[in-house]
Amino acid sequence: MITTLFYLLIFPGLLFTVLLGLVVGWVDRKVSARFQYRVGPPFFQNFNDFFKLLGKETIIVKESVRSLFISAPFVSFGTLSLLAMLIGLPLFLGESFGGDIFVIMYLMVIHSVMVVLGGSSTGNVYSSLGAGREIKLVLADELIFIMVILIPVVASGYELQLSALISAQSSGAFIGSVHGVLGFLAGLLCIQAKMTMQPFDIPEAETEIVEGPLMEYSGPLLGFWKLNHFMMYVVYPFLLVSLYLGGFNLQGWGILWAVLKYLLIVVLMIIIKNTNPRLQIDTALKFFWRILFPIIFIALILAVIGV
Amino acid sequence: MGWYNKRLAKSLWVFHVSASPCNNCDIEILDLLTPRYDLERLGIKLVGSVRHADVMLVSGIVNKKIEPRIKRLYSQAPKPIFVVAIGSCMSSQGVFKESYNRCKEVKEVIPVDMWVPGCPPKPEAMIEGVAKLIGVLNE
Repeated sequence: MITTLFYLLIFPGLLFTVLLGLVVGWVDRKVSARFQYRVGPPFFQNFNDFFKLLGKETIIVKESVRSLFISAPFVSFGTLSLLAMLIGLPLFLGESFGGDIFVIMYLMVIHSVMVVLGGSSTGNVYSSLGAGREIKLVLADELIFIMVILIPVVASGYELQLSALISAQSSGAFIGSVHGVLGFLAGLLCIQAKMTMQPFDIPEAETEIVEGPLMEYSGPLLGFWKLNHFMMYVVYPFLLVSLYLGGFNLQGWGILWAVLKYLLIVVLMIIIKNTNPRLQIDTALKFFWRILFPIIFIALILAVIGV
Repeated sequence: MGWYNKRLAKSLWVFHVSASPCNNCDIEILDLLTPRYDLERLGIKLVGSVRHADVMLVSGIVNKKIEPRIKRLYSQAPKPIFVVAIGSCMSSQGVFKESYNRCKEVKEVIPVDMWVPGCPPKPEAMIEGVAKLIGVLNE
C-alpha cells in the first residue's frame, strides 16, 4: 500500500513527472528562443509562472457548467500522474501487469476528452471552436497512435505488457529495423498532435482563436492546465522510449544513454515545432489519414513478416 | 506577500489593449518581443486572452466607443492586474486633446499604475517602465 502510494505520488508518478516536466518545458522555451536568435527565459521561469498562477484570482464564468469547468483540469492532472506511474514503473523498475498497454491507450484519450469538456463548458464561442477542433484532431491521430503501439506488440511476438516489450528489445531495439523507423517517426508526429504542438496546434491557435479551450481559464485552474502540458513532455517521450528505443538501462554508462535517448525525442519534437507553420484542420486530417495511415499500415505488415 | 510578489515580478504576462491607437505604439510594443530586445528573458510573455494577463498595456485615446470596452476588459481580468498606459495619447492626449470625439482621460475610466510617454515611446523607455514595475513589486 505504502509503496504503491510512493510510486503514484513521488517517484515515477506525480512529483517526479511535474519537476522533470517543468525543467523540460524550460528546455523547450530556451531552445525555441535560440532558434529565433533570442536569449530565452531563465531556468526557473516555468516554476515562477506556475506559482504566480496559483495566487491569481479564479474567475468562473457565469454561464458555464460550473462543476465541469472546475473539475476538467484536475481530472486531467490525475490521469496524467496515473499514466506517468504506469509508464514509469516498467521503464525504471521493470514492474507491470498483463495488458497494461490497453490501460495506457485508454488513459491517453482522457486528457483530450477533458480539454473538450472543459473548453465547451464555458459557453465562449472561441472555446467551443477550439473544443470542436480538438475532437477532430483526436479523430485524426488516435488510429495512427494505436497502430504505433501495435507495431512493437507484433514485433515482440504478441506481448501485451510494457515490461515484456522492453525486455524483448534487450538484444536490439525495434528502431533498428524498417518497421521500427517508420513506427518511431509516426509516433513522433502523433505525440506532436496529442500535445497540440506547432504543426498541429490547431485547437489552441493563439493568433487565431486565442488559446481555444483555455481561453476562459484563469488563476490556479489555468496553472493546472499548463502543468498538464508540461507533464506530457515526460509521459509521451517515455512511452516512445519504451516502445521503440529499448527502455532505460540505469547502470554505469546506461544513465548517460537514457538521458540521451530522452533528449533525442524532446529535441526532435522542438525542431519539428519550430520549423513548421500551423496546418489547417482538414490538411491535418488528410495528412494523418491519407499519408501517415498507409505508411504505418505497410510498417505493420513488415512487422508481421519480420523485416 | 513578499514571496508571491517576487514570483509575480518574474513572470508578468502582458495583454495588449488597443484603445483606438494610430498603431505606432503597437508596432513598438511588438518590437519588444523581437530578438533585439527579447523581453522573454525577464519572463514577460504576450498572451491573447485577458483572463491570463497580469499587465494590461493600453495605447491610444479614450473615445466614446472604446470607454465601455476598456472598463469591461479591466473587470474581466483576474486580480492583481496592473495597467500600463503607453504613449503620449494616454498620458496627455497628445494631438487629440482638442479632438471632437475625445471622451475622457484613461485615469478616469480605470486605475493606471504607470505611464510611459512618447510618440511612440522608444522600446528602451518601455523596458525601463517594466523594470520600474518589477522593482516596485520586489520591494
